[in-house]
Amino acid sequence: MTDILMPALSPTMEEGTLAKWHVKAGDTVKAGDVIAEIETDKATMEVEAVDEGIISDILIAAGSEGVKVNTPIARLAGDEVAAAPPSSKAGPPPVAAEPAPTAVRAEPKAPVAPVAVSAPLQDPEIPAGTKMVRITVRDALRDAMAEEMRRDERVFLMGEEVAQYQGAYKVSRDLLQEFGDRRVIDTPITEHGFAGLGVGAAMAGLKPIVEFMTWNFAMQAIDQIINSAAKTLYMSGGQIKSSIVFRGPNGAASRVGAQHSQDYSNWYGHVPGLKVVAPYDAADAKGLLKAAIRDPNPIVFLEHEMMYGVEFDIPDVEDWIVPIGKAKVRREGTGVTITAHSRMVGLALKAAEELAAEGIEAEVIDLRTIRPLDHETVLQSVRKTNRLVTVEEGWGPMGVGAEIIARVTEHAFDYLDAPPLRVHQEDVPLPYAAALEALSLPSVEKIVKAAKAVCYR
Amino acid sequence: MARSKKAQEATAAAGAGRDQLLKYYRDMLLIRRFEERAGQLYGMGLIGGFCHLYIGQEAIAVGMEGIRRPGDQIITGYRDHGHMLAAGMESRAVMAELTGRAGGSSRGKGGSMHMFSTEAGFYGGHGIVGAQVSLGTGLALANKYSANGNVAFAYFGDGAANQGQVYESFNMAELWSLPVVYVIENNQYAMGTSVERSAAETHLHKRGASFRIPGEEVDGMDVEAVAAAGAKAAEHARSGQGPFILEMKTYRYRGHSMSDPAKYRTKEEVDEVKKTRDPIEHLREKLDAAKVTEDELKAIDAEVKRIVADAAEFARTSPEPEPAELYTDVYLEAAE
Repeated sequence: MTDILMPALSPTMEEGTLAKWHVKAGDTVKAGDVIAEIETDKATMEVEAVDEGIISDILIAAGSEGVKVNTPIARLAGDEVAAAPPSSKAGPPPVAAEPAPTAVRAEPKAPVAPVAVSAPLQDPEIPAGTKMVRITVRDALRDAMAEEMRRDERVFLMGEEVAQYQGAYKVSRDLLQEFGDRRVIDTPITEHGFAGLGVGAAMAGLKPIVEFMTWNFAMQAIDQIINSAAKTLYMSGGQIKSSIVFRGPNGAASRVGAQHSQDYSNWYGHVPGLKVVAPYDAADAKGLLKAAIRDPNPIVFLEHEMMYGVEFDIPDVEDWIVPIGKAKVRREGTGVTITAHSRMVGLALKAAEELAAEGIEAEVIDLRTIRPLDHETVLQSVRKTNRLVTVEEGWGPMGVGAEIIARVTEHAFDYLDAPPLRVHQEDVPLPYAAALEALSLPSVEKIVKAAKAVCYR
Repeated sequence: MARSKKAQEATAAAGAGRDQLLKYYRDMLLIRRFEERAGQLYGMGLIGGFCHLYIGQEAIAVGMEGIRRPGDQIITGYRDHGHMLAAGMESRAVMAELTGRAGGSSRGKGGSMHMFSTEAGFYGGHGIVGAQVSLGTGLALANKYSANGNVAFAYFGDGAANQGQVYESFNMAELWSLPVVYVIENNQYAMGTSVERSAAETHLHKRGASFRIPGEEVDGMDVEAVAAAGAKAAEHARSGQGPFILEMKTYRYRGHSMSDPAKYRTKEEVDEVKKTRDPIEHLREKLDAAKVTEDELKAIDAEVKRIVADAAEFARTSPEPEPAELYTDVYLEAAE
């Protein structure tokens, strides 16, 4: 004998009306037969038999209102032999006869997010006497891809104009010649689609580098980056990995208007499952991109168009790798901490020079990675300087600076001698007119002003 | 069974033999009974959130599985339980994922719409309508890149057939001759909106025409017709000729999800399909013709019933995931 229970139409339904019976006591039913109709204020639904047998009793009359979910509404005399549990030992009764689960499960202890205990991340040692070579950020990125493609057959590059055109910004120059069109793939202008193809290929075990001509265009693809690449490892209980790098220029170039000038650091920095990297100089561009390609997780790699042509010294060593998740102190100081990433690091360093001329020694921290953000390096600095200015090219609200200041307030509140300040783009779409554009973006002048303000100067 | 996979495929495509017909029957019945039980567990509050049942569409997943080769991949949307069972995933792990328990295939962290088994070649289980089409085309890109001879089967519904990324994927698949078969499960309703109300071209197998992708309409309620069309499409893709589109005409008996009152279609319409086109009833006629006895079918019914009862019991009693599970599987440790 099996009880047929009042079903729920939705996760929130607690009771409903048993509108109509389609069967009466003594009727024979088989699985899938409609036996009753139930109603709530939102919907009507048919109740189907899930087992075969004979209706022995109708327990709740048609037209009854306020019938609680899981109340027995009828009784089914079933085919007891077929319904027997699989083994010969006495098994549990058929599921339908079970009472609804009650709230008896043990109250779970609030879990605590794991804290990384691995060895502190450090840049590789540069042996004394290592030769330094002068290289642009553009070529450093290219070299990183070429080295990793030589090293691992699974790595390939796809995107608009990456092959025959040699890259819209020439970052993929000569890669087609070396690796051929199987591994350097020109795509149609179809960001949503090719980002999805890239993630699918990564799920199958390849290691794609997906270039977006700029990150602005990746908004067409953001669903695949977040919903597919970032979340699937979790949703699959660790079965499906997406070892993939999405890369391209991010932020404001020069006079290209609001749709081509956006900084996505905080957009992607918000998302668990992604790592977000934003290098400043050539050594970091190369070392971090190589680390990103080897990383088993999906990486958002934010470059900057205005930095592509800038030359820096880079150590001439085999396999230069910079760890993801480690900030770098670019200039030491005791007067005020300035955090920045990507192109803003250069502005912060210039501001530090001007501040030094006025007797304020600024410590400049290049964040390098936005997620996971190296809060420890920032906290250590603030505990020394007691003052903080954050700089970012994007809008301020819900931004990288807002996050840093929240953490500093939480963990180093007592060390602060002044409320921290943020320098960021004005809260408007980026204008085209040269004078307005300059007014909108962060500048050395704005950073100096903020640093002096937190020093009460 | 000693027959080679290739011989099975040939049989599946040519009109199945007795054994193959019995296997179809068993696999379709398993999906139907499993889904009925899932609906019941939902009604009891053991399954939460969204739950999209595959009842009525069984012939598609089962018929296509008949022609799939080891290494071929499957990817689909959120109406995915039937595909997982057809692909050979454990019914216990599927049902326990529906109840959100530690024994589930994603250890309770995916739910109805997000289950995976790389072992079974099943790549999900995706909740964003149309996303699986680009992902599936990416699986095919990986097949071509690795020259492994495998085909990706990307399933989507008549609703997803209107998403932009589907056409972006069609374009690249044909442009690069990727080994992918697009299987459109046209059950005639995208949630509550009929194909006629949402599609300017309702013959969805023609949607690849402007990309030069061949397409075919198939009776998705006839498991043998599905297998025959699937074999042809897979051969096309596997032989380097690029993608193929199969439009499976089918029908879902239940609502879009469990909380769908189904006011957009008449009861008569649903009953008519159940009475005249039901894929399992349809197959029973062929089984009769193949002289399968009532006892043989009863034995299968009993086996399926046991499997489903066992899965439901496992799903009900499997423990909740440990609280510490909250933080696992967000990132993989870098190996180097």
